Amino acid sequence: MYRNNMTRKEIERRFAERRPEDEKLLRTLRNCDRRHFLRTSLRFAGMAAAASLVPHQSFQLVNVAHAAIPGASPDQAFRFAYISDTHLYDRGLDHRFVTSVLKAVEDVNALDPQPDFVLFGGDLAQLGRPGELELGRQLLGEVRAPLRMIVGEHDWYLDLGEKWREFFGPDYYSFDHKGIHFVALNSVVEKDFWTEKGYTPEERMAIVAGLDDNRQSPFEVGAEQRDWLQKDLAQVERKTPIIVFSHSPLYKLYKPWNFWTDDADEVQALLRPFKTVTVIHGHTHQLLTNRIRNIQFHGLLSTAWPWPYAPEGLPEYTVQMFRADPFNALDGCGDGAVDVLPNGRVDKHYNLWARNPRTVTAKQLAKRRPPEGGGHQGPSY
Amino acid sequence: MTRRNRTTTLILTFYCAGFLLAAIGLAVAASGDDAVARRSGDPALHEAWAARVVWACDRRKLVIVEGVRPDEPIPPQRAQLVADLLQDLMRYCNEEITARLGVDQRITVSARGLVHEDYLPGGPLPIVPASYGEPTRRERLIWAAALEKLVTEGDRLFHSDEIGSNGIACAMCHPHASGTHPETYPKFQTQLKKVALLRDMVNWCILNPLEGEELAADDPRMMALEAYILAQRNGKVIEVGKH
Ligand code: HEC
Ligand SMILES: [Fe+2]
Ligand SMILES: [Fe+2]
Repeated sequence: MYRNNMTRKEIERRFAERRPEDEKLLRTLRNCDRRHFLRTSLRFAGMAAAASLVPHQSFQLVNVAHAAIPGASPDQAFRFAYISDTHLYDRGLDHRFVTSVLKAVEDVNALDPQPDFVLFGGDLAQLGRPGELELGRQLLGEVRAPLRMIVGEHDWYLDLGEKWREFFGPDYYSFDHKGIHFVALNSVVEKDFWTEKGYTPEERMAIVAGLDDNRQSPFEVGAEQRDWLQKDLAQVERKTPIIVFSHSPLYKLYKPWNFWTDDADEVQALLRPFKTVTVIHGHTHQLLTNRIRNIQFHGLLSTAWPWPYAPEGLPEYTVQMFRADPFNALDGCGDGAVDVLPNGRVDKHYNLWARNPRTVTAKQLAKRRPPEGGGHQGPSY
Repeated sequence: MTRRNRTTTLILTFYCAGFLLAAIGLAVAASGDDAVARRSGDPALHEAWAARVVWACDRRKLVIVEGVRPDEPIPPQRAQLVADLLQDLMRYCNEEITARLGVDQRITVSARGLVHEDYLPGGPLPIVPASYGEPTRRERLIWAAALEKLVTEGDRLFHSDEIGSNGIACAMCHPHASGTHPETYPKFQTQLKKVALLRDMVNWCILNPLEGEELAADDPRMMALEAYILAQRNGKVIEVGKH
């Protein structure tokens, strides 16, 4: 049998022992250049391996001097990379989710040429705690390219975004880059389910953090942001390509897991007048592709864990992910890049850490029929 | 005075009034025989089978006094126990109750023909919710509640970080127990190089993603986790060995 010979106590002791070291590591991380960072990560990887915590697959960090993110599309105008859904706990740098973030940071930093920016797709923290957000901020602080942040439900529901906004600024905004109008939304707004029930902030956070916890409300963008979006888009020409970042998919896929945005129809209606619209979203932790009229949708991989497909509603455009191997902690996880083409459409790369990389091209999605190998072959649920 | 089967030998007469019983006396009438013991001729078996049956006046309650041959008088101390027991059982006027008084004075009762359960005089009547006929509505409710209790505990554990050491919970990767496929077990788990049961994979995930300690098969937490996982997949077709 596969066994962890260490008792829980021993693991805890080792964690505790390494605390001062963690602190030192973090301090070094904070001020180091890229080469130094690499060395630090390598040192960390060795340390983690020495602790003989299973599974060792999580510590393949040693091998990632070059990133595996697939080569840029031939006619790309520019490229941005992404890291998403890191779900960090504030439990020291030995935690497997930290190891994964370090790996993702390595990946995007190794891209040559460097991406124009790196999108972080939300769910930086696991329970919205200041320590978790702070750890995430420090780890992402090592990314060489500029960062664009969006917020996930795990970041938000302890203090309703207070700490997150202090660290990263407004939760919704727009900017223009090389002819594309980018919009970042906070799509994880939930109607107040806590006041009446008297839930504490911690309880509220724990409920929202439970994907299958039906005590919460469905995600939505909400009237306030829709108003803002309408005004924001009023200044944009109809032929300008739009790329929207959101945490939840801006369509209705599976409500019980909040793979869903309740006012998706209204948001899509605001985007309908534009010729070329792409939505890039986090939250679903899997290969996920959709097309609804003028809008193409791409999901992001999580660095922490993959999700099985929902039991229903999987869009036929999705090239399905294999079932993840539970014996490989990195399987189904990863990061990736988005190549923005001159026409404003995108080719989407999934850099799966334990499988061959996958790319979903704009060309495939433009065809009326779903892409080769796509279609619903029966969910992994 | 009745003869019931061939073993009924002793009738205790009580005068019942309303819900109360007034025990007037203990009449001992020895008659009849013990066919089983006689047939076997084995004295040990004879002792084992020996029993006298004592009826209450309402004809609904009886005590089987073990270790006393039908033709033997019941020793006074045990006779007192029998009388007290019958009086106690008369609290349940309309119930048909069979009690057994063991040679070790252990008392079990069976109501409505259900399974015998330990009984403490003065205590509640143990209605064991298992019959061999069509279950009653009440029985179904009791069964459902008992199952629900185990599944609810499994639900709680599955969503909590307390069986691991690193804050991670099963439900984080398996919302609604998705991806656990209990209906495919047992199956050959290539990575374990053996045929695995559901609990082997539960333990794998406890040891690895959760960095916790393995649970024994009969650990109440393991039972609860299995109960929750299986309940979530209720109605799925069993496909043993499917990958
Ligand atoms: C970090 C993510 C993660 C966590 C946490 C996790 N698992 Fe798993 N588990 C997986 C993956 C991935 C698989 C493989 C899924 C598949 O086969 O589709 C798996 C497989 C399983 C399987 C076997 C599924 C099959 O088809 O054979 C069982 C049973 C299981 N997990 C139970 C649990 C239990 C119980 C817990 C909590 C103690 C747990 N898991 C926690 C990731 C996780
Ligand atoms: Fe997430
Ligand atoms: Fe999320």
